[in-house]
Amino acid sequence: MIKDNVKIKAEGLNIAYGSNVLMHNLNFEIKNGDIFIIMGGSGCGKSSLLRLLTGLKSVDEGKIWINGVRFDNADDQQKKKIMQNCGILYQSGALFSSMTLAENVALPLQQYTNYSDALISDLVAFKLALVGLKGYEDFYPAEISGGMKKRAGLARALALDPDILYFDEPSAGLDPVSSKLLDDLILEINKSLGTTIVVITHELSSIFAIGKDAIFLDAETKTISAQGNPKELLKNPPNQKVLHFLSGGKK
Amino acid sequence: MALDFLLKQNILTVVADGDLRDYDNQEQLKAVLQSLKKADKLCFNAENLQKWDSSLAAAFYQIIIKAKQKNIKIDTSALPDDLQNLVALALAVDRKPKSNDNKKLSFLENLGESGLQIFDGVKKSWAFLADTTKSLGRFFTGRAVLRRVDFEFALADCGYKAVGIVSLVSFMVGLILAFVGALQLKMFGAQIYIASLVAIGMTRIMGAIMAGIIMAGRTGASYAATIGTMQVNEEVDALKTLGLPVTDFLVLPRMLSLIITMPFLTMWADIMGMIGGATVAILMLDISAPQYWIYSLKAFQLANFLVGIFHGFMYGIIISCCGCYYGINCGRNADSVGWATTKAVVSSIVIMIVATGILTSILEALGI
Repeated sequence: MIKDNVKIKAEGLNIAYGSNVLMHNLNFEIKNGDIFIIMGGSGCGKSSLLRLLTGLKSVDEGKIWINGVRFDNADDQQKKKIMQNCGILYQSGALFSSMTLAENVALPLQQYTNYSDALISDLVAFKLALVGLKGYEDFYPAEISGGMKKRAGLARALALDPDILYFDEPSAGLDPVSSKLLDDLILEINKSLGTTIVVITHELSSIFAIGKDAIFLDAETKTISAQGNPKELLKNPPNQKVLHFLSGGKK
Repeated sequence: MALDFLLKQNILTVVADGDLRDYDNQEQLKAVLQSLKKADKLCFNAENLQKWDSSLAAAFYQIIIKAKQKNIKIDTSALPDDLQNLVALALAVDRKPKSNDNKKLSFLENLGESGLQIFDGVKKSWAFLADTTKSLGRFFTGRAVLRRVDFEFALADCGYKAVGIVSLVSFMVGLILAFVGALQLKMFGAQIYIASLVAIGMTRIMGAIMAGIIMAGRTGASYAATIGTMQVNEEVDALKTLGLPVTDFLVLPRMLSLIITMPFLTMWADIMGMIGGATVAILMLDISAPQYWIYSLKAFQLANFLVGIFHGFMYGIIISCCGCYYGINCGRNADSVGWATTKAVVSSIVIMIVATGILTSILEALGI
C-alpha cells in the first residue's frame, strides 16, 4: 500500500552489474514536494540508483513505485508516460550539441504537446529566463560555460512542468558561486512549483543547503546506513561513517 | 646502505640501513619476498635508516601486501612514524570491488563466458534491428520523430560531400583494372577489350564495393563516433528519458540518407571507374575515345548495372546499421568511442563482403 503523500517508493532494490553487487535491499520513500538527497562516497552506486529510478537500467531485484504506479515492471509505453512527468538534469547537462538552447528546450514541448509554435517559443523563452539564460536562445551548447549548460539542461528538464525532478551531481564541475546559484534555483523551483526533487550528490554544502530528507549509501555494507534530514543526521549520527561523511572527514 | 633481511625462528626481519632514496634493487626485493614463504611473522628494523623516499615505501608496501596474502603477522612499529603512516595510508584504501571478476577462469568457463557474450550481442542486434524496422514503419506512416534538419545534414554529409573521395578512388580503381588487364590482353592483341573488362567489372560489382568501402570508412565511422560521443555525453540517456525513440532520432535520418545516396554514389563510381579505364586505354594503348565508348556500350548490360545498384542499396543499409548500432551500444568513455568506431568499420566491411558472396551465389544460381 502506497501512502498518498509518497511520490516515489523503493522496496528491496538491488543495484548490480553482473556479479558485482553495488547495493542491496534498498528501501526508501520520497514524499511529495520533498527535496530528497541520495548521498554517499564516490563509486557507491548513487548514479546507478538514479538510472534505476529513471528506467535507464532495468531492475533485477526489488520494486519501484512512482506516483503510486509500479515502474520497475511497467512496459515501455507506461514507462514513457510516467517519465513524461519527470525531468532529469544530467551531470554534464546532456544538451543535444547539434541544437541551440531554444531547440533543446523546445524538443519535449514539440514532442508531447499540441502547442502552437508561438506558444512553444514563449515557453522556451520563459524557461530559459527562469534559469537565468535570457538572451541565450540561439547559442549552441559548445558556446556556453559548464554552469550555463547545467542551467540550460534544467530549463529543458522543466519544459513539461514535471512532478519530479532528478538531479545527478548538480554541483559537479561548478565553482562555489555557480553551485550556490544552482542550489538556490533548486530551492526556488521546489518552493514555487511544489516539484518533488531528488538530488544525487556528495557535495556537503548542497546537502545541507537544500536537503529536507536524505539517505546515505554505504559502500562497505552495500546498503542504506542512515536516513533522515541531513542536519539532524549530523547532530545525531546513527554511525561513525555518516558522521565522518557529513563532517567532511573532520570527525 | 641496503635493504637486507634476516630469517630467524620463522621471524623475518627486514633491515633498512643507510640512505635508501631511489631504492630500486629488484633482486634484493625479490629475495625478501621469497623468504616470506618460510616466515610466520614479519618485522622491520630501521634503526640505522638515514634517508628514504617513496621508493622505499613502495618496496615495503609490496612486502606487506605479500605478507598479508600469506596471513603472516606484521609488525611495523619499528619503522619511522612518517614511513609507517605512508604505508598505512596506501594499505587503508582498497577500492577494488570484491567480485569474482579477477578470478582466473577455466577453459570451460571462458568458453561459456564467450558464448554468453555472443548470445548477448545477438540479442542486442536483434533488438536494434527490430527497433529500426519499427522506426522505418513509423516513418512510412508519417509518425516518426525525424527532424528535417538532421536528415538534410546527414543527406548532405553522405551525398555531395562524399562525391570527391568516391570519384578519386573509383577513378584509380578503374585505372588499375585497365592497366593490369592491358598487360595481359596486349599479348593477344586484344587490348580493345579493356573497355569491356572495365565496364563489366565496374558496373557489376567493383563500383558498389569501392563506394561501400569508402562510405564504411568515412560515414559509418562518423556515425559510430557521433552517436558514441552522444552516449558518453549522456545525450542518448536524455533522449530515452524524454521518451523520444532513439532509433527515430538518431538512426532514421542516417539510414535513410545512406539508402538514398548509396545507389547514386555507386552509379557515380561506375562512371568514374570507366573514365579511369578510358584514361589508360587512350594514353597507353592507343585506343581512341570513340572506340572505347563503343566497346564499353557493347559490354554494358542493364542487368549488371542494376545488380551493382542493388549492391549499393544493400551496402547503405549495412553501413548505417553497423555505424548506428555500435554508436548506440558504445560505453561511457573515450576509449569506447574508438572501439565503437573500429568495430563499426570492420563489421561493415566484413558483412558487406559476406553479403556480396551470398548475393553473388544466389544471382549465379538464378542465372543473372
